[in-house]
Amino acid sequence: MFAENRGTRLGGKVCIVTGGGSGIGRAICLLFGREGATVVAADKNAESAARTVGELEFLGAQGMAVQVDVSLAESVRGMVDVVVEQHGRIDVLVNNAGFGFAATVVETEEADWDRLMSVNLKGVYLGCKYVVPVMIRQGGGSIVNTASAAGLVGVPDRAAYCASKGGVIAMTRAMAIDHVDDGVRINCIAPGTVESPYFDEIFAASEDPAALRRLMEARHPMGRLGTPDEVACGVLYLASDESSFVTGSVLSVDGGMTAR
Amino acid sequence: MRLNGKVALISGGARGVGAATARLFAREGARVVIGDVLEREGREVASELAATGAEAVFVRLDVTGEADWERAAGEAVSRFGKLDVLVNNAGIYLRGFVEETDPGDWDRVMEVNAKGAFLGTRIAIPAMRESGGGSIVNIASFNSLVGTTTSAAYNASKAAVCLLTKSTAVQYAEDGIRANAIHPGPIRTAMFTSGFPDEEAVERRRALVPLGRIGTAEDVAHGALFLASDESSYVTGSDLVIDGGWTAQ
Repeated sequence: MFAENRGTRLGGKVCIVTGGGSGIGRAICLLFGREGATVVAADKNAESAARTVGELEFLGAQGMAVQVDVSLAESVRGMVDVVVEQHGRIDVLVNNAGFGFAATVVETEEADWDRLMSVNLKGVYLGCKYVVPVMIRQGGGSIVNTASAAGLVGVPDRAAYCASKGGVIAMTRAMAIDHVDDGVRINCIAPGTVESPYFDEIFAASEDPAALRRLMEARHPMGRLGTPDEVACGVLYLASDESSFVTGSVLSVDGGMTAR
Repeated sequence: MRLNGKVALISGGARGVGAATARLFAREGARVVIGDVLEREGREVASELAATGAEAVFVRLDVTGEADWERAAGEAVSRFGKLDVLVNNAGIYLRGFVEETDPGDWDRVMEVNAKGAFLGTRIAIPAMRESGGGSIVNIASFNSLVGTTTSAAYNASKAAVCLLTKSTAVQYAEDGIRANAIHPGPIRTAMFTSGFPDEEAVERRRALVPLGRIGTAEDVAHGALFLASDESSYVTGSDLVIDGGWTAQ
């Protein structure tokens, strides 16, 4: 849809995208690259990050792959250090890495809860903890966190996931206020259900994949799931200087899911 | 160009946020119908855009009149062939606590801000359905999300716009018509100056914005561009808050 578009909306900016190896993160990397950014595709899976960088290079964009586990402070600090060493600055951070699993609160194992929180919520905390000082030093920057419609409304069988994404939204607002005087804008995007390897797996694992897909589609007034590109476009707006008066905001990209 | 081939109708397009939106839309390839009660300023914006090679036309539009809306939407369709985007931007401001608000003034604010957006939406939907879909961008306000000590009627009217937006989104999603609201914080325009006439009042207002500045009409226009374009094809019923962090705290 946007493959042919080339622009300069992120010209000269150094952008880190966590979870950049697949799904929404990969789409963000490719769109950012087409808009002139130097893109750091960071992923737990080094191979997938390298694949995204290969695609960026094919587009003629600048890319760099970094392996990171966003739940570990040492790993996140190492990522930030290597990017600053290589590129001298970080203009945009997209805290996008995350995952979910199906369970009510009663069914959720403690270890699974801790693991999910350590990636979805602690990962955002660590990313900001190490990148905000770099942005302050250079006079500003823009951080976009991937929250979810599930952080705004209850979704069945996703208790831990909803909690983690609600936490991302609350932390986004708090951080936006804390660092507003530093020129660091912090916003989040709240996607509805999006076509991705993650949902392909969920569909495949269900007893009736077609019925589950129809159910998911019906949750959105637009009657379909979103695409990674559609989420990436919202992230681009928040990352770019076009949104320079926007901070602490939650942009829903959810086909109308939370409007009713 | 991000709005290439699209036809947009912008109410209150003669100045402020509306004029900035018209300029940005034209630069991004849209054909623009500028509607306003301010005829001289509206014609000036239209000829300024035409001089840059854009296609733009002015129509007199009092948003409280159904016939005016019919004429404005008709102009979009007859001159440019269709209607893809409606920006319900026209609005008036009224300062005052509840007790200070004259009931007649309350009615006037509701009529322009809330009913005006309703009438525009009502007229645009059939034309957009005809075009195979469309995008409605309603300019509400951060005053639709939180209370302020400056106005009661304005707050209420903008809250009405916010929920009109969500109803429209939910009711017409299947027709491919998207509807979203922008909630600007304090923006320096003629309307803002009417509410905050002296520099001291402006300074007090500025100090309340976490980002430390009054916004510009272009700040809002960029949000409108995102919501009008196909880049926001999965965005409907959303609130885009462009308020310098006001409502985040």
